[in-house]
Amino acid sequence: MENLNLHLVWPEILLAISASLLLGFGVSKTQNRAPLVRIIAIGILVVFALLSYIMGSPDGEAFKGALVVDSFGRYTKFFIGIAAALGLLLAGNYLEREKLDHYEFSVLTLYAVLGMSIMVSANNLLSLYIGVEMQSLALYVMAAFNRDSLRASEAGLKYFVLGALSSGLLLYGISLIYGFTGTLDFNNIAASVQADGLSIGLIGGLVFLLCGLAFKISAAPFHMWTPDVYEGAPTPVTGFFAAAPKFAAIALIARLVTGPFGDISAQWQQVIIALSVMSMLIGAIGALQQTNIKRLMAYSSIANMGYALVPLAAGTEAGVRGMLIFMTIYLITVVGIFACILQMRIRDGMVERISDLSGLAKNNRGMALAMTVFMLSLMGIPPLLGFFGKLFAFLPAVQADLIWLVVLALIASVIGAFYYLRIIKTMWFDEGDTEFVIPVRSLSWTSAISALLLVGIVLVPFIAKSGQNWIALASSGLF
Amino acid sequence: MLENMPILSLLIILPLLGALVLMAMARFSRNSTGEARAQLDKNATGVALLISVGVFILSLLMVFQFDSTTADFQFVERVEWLGGGIEYHLGVDGISVLFVLLTAFLTPLCILASGKSIEKNMLDYMVTFLIMEAIMIGVFCALDLILFYLFFEAVLIPMFILIGVWGGKERVYASYKFFLYTLLGSVLMLAAVLWIYFYGQSELGVATTDIVRLQTLDIPAKAQTWLWLAFFASFAVKMPMWPVHTWLPDAHVQAPTAGSVILAGILLKMGGYGFLRFSLPMFPDASVKFTPLIFALSVIAIIYTSLVAYRQKDIKKLIAYSSVAHMGFVTMGIFAVNAQGIQGGIFQMLSHGLISGALFFCVGVIYDRMHTREIAFYGGLVKRMPIYAFFLMLFTMANVGLPGTSGFVGEILTMVGVYKVNPWVAAGAALGMILSAVYALYLYRAVIFGEPTNEKLADIEDMNRTEIMVLAPLAIFVIILGVYPSLITDVTAVSVDNLIANFNAAIGQGS
Repeated sequence: MENLNLHLVWPEILLAISASLLLGFGVSKTQNRAPLVRIIAIGILVVFALLSYIMGSPDGEAFKGALVVDSFGRYTKFFIGIAAALGLLLAGNYLEREKLDHYEFSVLTLYAVLGMSIMVSANNLLSLYIGVEMQSLALYVMAAFNRDSLRASEAGLKYFVLGALSSGLLLYGISLIYGFTGTLDFNNIAASVQADGLSIGLIGGLVFLLCGLAFKISAAPFHMWTPDVYEGAPTPVTGFFAAAPKFAAIALIARLVTGPFGDISAQWQQVIIALSVMSMLIGAIGALQQTNIKRLMAYSSIANMGYALVPLAAGTEAGVRGMLIFMTIYLITVVGIFACILQMRIRDGMVERISDLSGLAKNNRGMALAMTVFMLSLMGIPPLLGFFGKLFAFLPAVQADLIWLVVLALIASVIGAFYYLRIIKTMWFDEGDTEFVIPVRSLSWTSAISALLLVGIVLVPFIAKSGQNWIALASSGLF
Repeated sequence: MLENMPILSLLIILPLLGALVLMAMARFSRNSTGEARAQLDKNATGVALLISVGVFILSLLMVFQFDSTTADFQFVERVEWLGGGIEYHLGVDGISVLFVLLTAFLTPLCILASGKSIEKNMLDYMVTFLIMEAIMIGVFCALDLILFYLFFEAVLIPMFILIGVWGGKERVYASYKFFLYTLLGSVLMLAAVLWIYFYGQSELGVATTDIVRLQTLDIPAKAQTWLWLAFFASFAVKMPMWPVHTWLPDAHVQAPTAGSVILAGILLKMGGYGFLRFSLPMFPDASVKFTPLIFALSVIAIIYTSLVAYRQKDIKKLIAYSSVAHMGFVTMGIFAVNAQGIQGGIFQMLSHGLISGALFFCVGVIYDRMHTREIAFYGGLVKRMPIYAFFLMLFTMANVGLPGTSGFVGEILTMVGVYKVNPWVAAGAALGMILSAVYALYLYRAVIFGEPTNEKLADIEDMNRTEIMVLAPLAIFVIILGVYPSLITDVTAVSVDNLIANFNAAIGQGS
């Protein structure tokens, strides 16, 4: 027992046990207990976030080295937990109205978060795979949660088939790496790479592994599923997809490339750069023609993943820090945006077309302001937080002599500015008369708070500084 | 009392506070309609005017306190901000202090002039305007590269909203063009800023974005070329220089009157200010290398856009093109890098801020009455609007550069400066001066003189008191600066000499 170190993984154990208990509870009751289950699940997620932040220390390895607990994992788990809790909170109203309020939704969220938590603390290729699969399986079901909807079923199926393909790539990569190094453990892989140097099989395995993970963060050219799934899935699910899983998957990539493969950065750097360039350009150009706001957000997330890979390509500690700053800010923005989208209801249903936003400035001033802040922040216009996200993301890349990549990213963000501007234009410049239904309080508060965060946080010096110290501590966990 | 006050921060924060107050006002009376709504709009204008006058008085106090015998930065404020050497660092020297004053001077006039011409959402309009004032003052005060960039790019947001919401028929196109053009320019500058940050770190030993310290860097000539071009992309678009000026006429025509005034009066000056603050001191070798390019573009701008201006049918477009031409004098003067040239460039920017602002106000006066800016529509206004004819005459002459007005001083100084370096360029610019007389007098004749053929003009009224209140201060300053230019040149002299001395030392000619 002495090597299991169970006390390090209490947060995960809590999640696993409570998810199973909630599942049992839901099955045993005949009447609909969904709201109760959801509230409990939100509570569990918040406790999980706090626990994994506080309890994780001191650092160590659990399950004989399969999982590692360090400051990096603590930081990412905290934000994943909070993002998932917010996702559930925002989903409630929608699910009730669409008659989708089944308790399974909350349980699936818990399992997905468990999977993500294993992903970000994986210290072994097998636990990596288990984490990825656990998360993905839960997400497949959530994408098709609206069983009666053709679009949702299509989204779920598409996601599943392509996801299975990517899992195949992942497994093939793992087996290649295992074959050429003889080990699955991250530390041993690093030692083996150091001792024996490169081999073609190892590089092949690494490339397959990265491709499989690129699918999870919807980096181009593995992005094909994203627009369809974002559009087809129920909106709260889309919001959930856009936030926590992306954060988990890119954190996993960061751990993978700086840990076991930290010594061969020249090899994976090219892959990351290629993914980054393609994502930025495809995300920026693909979004230009979209009329559906969820599809637009899909392309926007592709582009943003491209930006997040820019600092990672530097492969330095500052790079990981830049990535974490960027992703944290992106997380805040996405949660806010989807809180807004969920609020925007017209008489006969949800707003999905961008043109329906016309007149929002007249009918709901607060929400229009919040949306404007989000869009400008995604564009990276100062003084909004999105600018600082990009600033800190691009700094390490410049330091690593990747200035051309930064210039490319900046140009892509100018192209991207066009479609974000279109949303602002529709809200403020067009004279429309879309009647919006008064939104739910929890939604408007969430969007207001995240908008205020984006506007205000940098103006106060000590917040910005302490926030950076926090993230610096997190990224030092990988080195 | 003033010594201990963070006066520059106050100048930035005060308009922002005003904007917050107005937003709160909007929040508490969101359901009001009719009478109450009109009263609210009136109050909003009053509050905004009060705030902006307060800012102006504060900036006047600052200028009186300003010590023009030193080239050092004054009223410096320095607080750690983002870490890694990125600081909240403000200060003004002889080059920037008058731009702050110009901003604070033009804003209350704009607010005063907007009372009638804005038809909807007056309160939001005032909020946008105050935010814009804060950002513009920030641009001229920032002494930290990142902070400067923050203000420099942030100004796009209120201007985009201003054109898009309160603009004319083609406002969406114009606002997009304005936003994307200038954004593309400034992101290239951002890339250069990041590079300089790391170069400075490796050379100075500490990470810093302090503009003053970065100016001491000796950047290798090859890198300077690229950095200069990146900064040039940003400033040339803002300026705007030929051939990237095409966003300006569109933006001007579509923007509401006060928006045009701010655009021509302040926003364009950011480009020239950028050349003075960054391109010359930081990249002297590259500046020397690219001087022929700047001269060529400037002369093309002066001659070509003057000719284009002559062919315009829209009054605002004509003035917009004339702005491009006048900015050509500025770039030409700055890159002559001698006392007359740079002094002239700064003088020309300030004077053009007043003159073009005044001209746009003049267009606004007749546009508010007739809702058209077509030159052919007007004619014979002198009979109906004698006061208007007087003001327009004054500003048209100033625009042409008639001696006795501020326009003359700026143009003659830049031309003298350039003549020392390259007489041919000065000759080209002189040709441009003649052409500017051609289009400006053509405009004046077509609008003011002749028989009033258009029946709709039969009962057009002359300027009212508010309009006179807006134009009179501008007229006074245009004349005062024309006969007593030392008001400006005394303030800027020491800083400019210091800039030139450093520049010459850097390119190895000695000073």
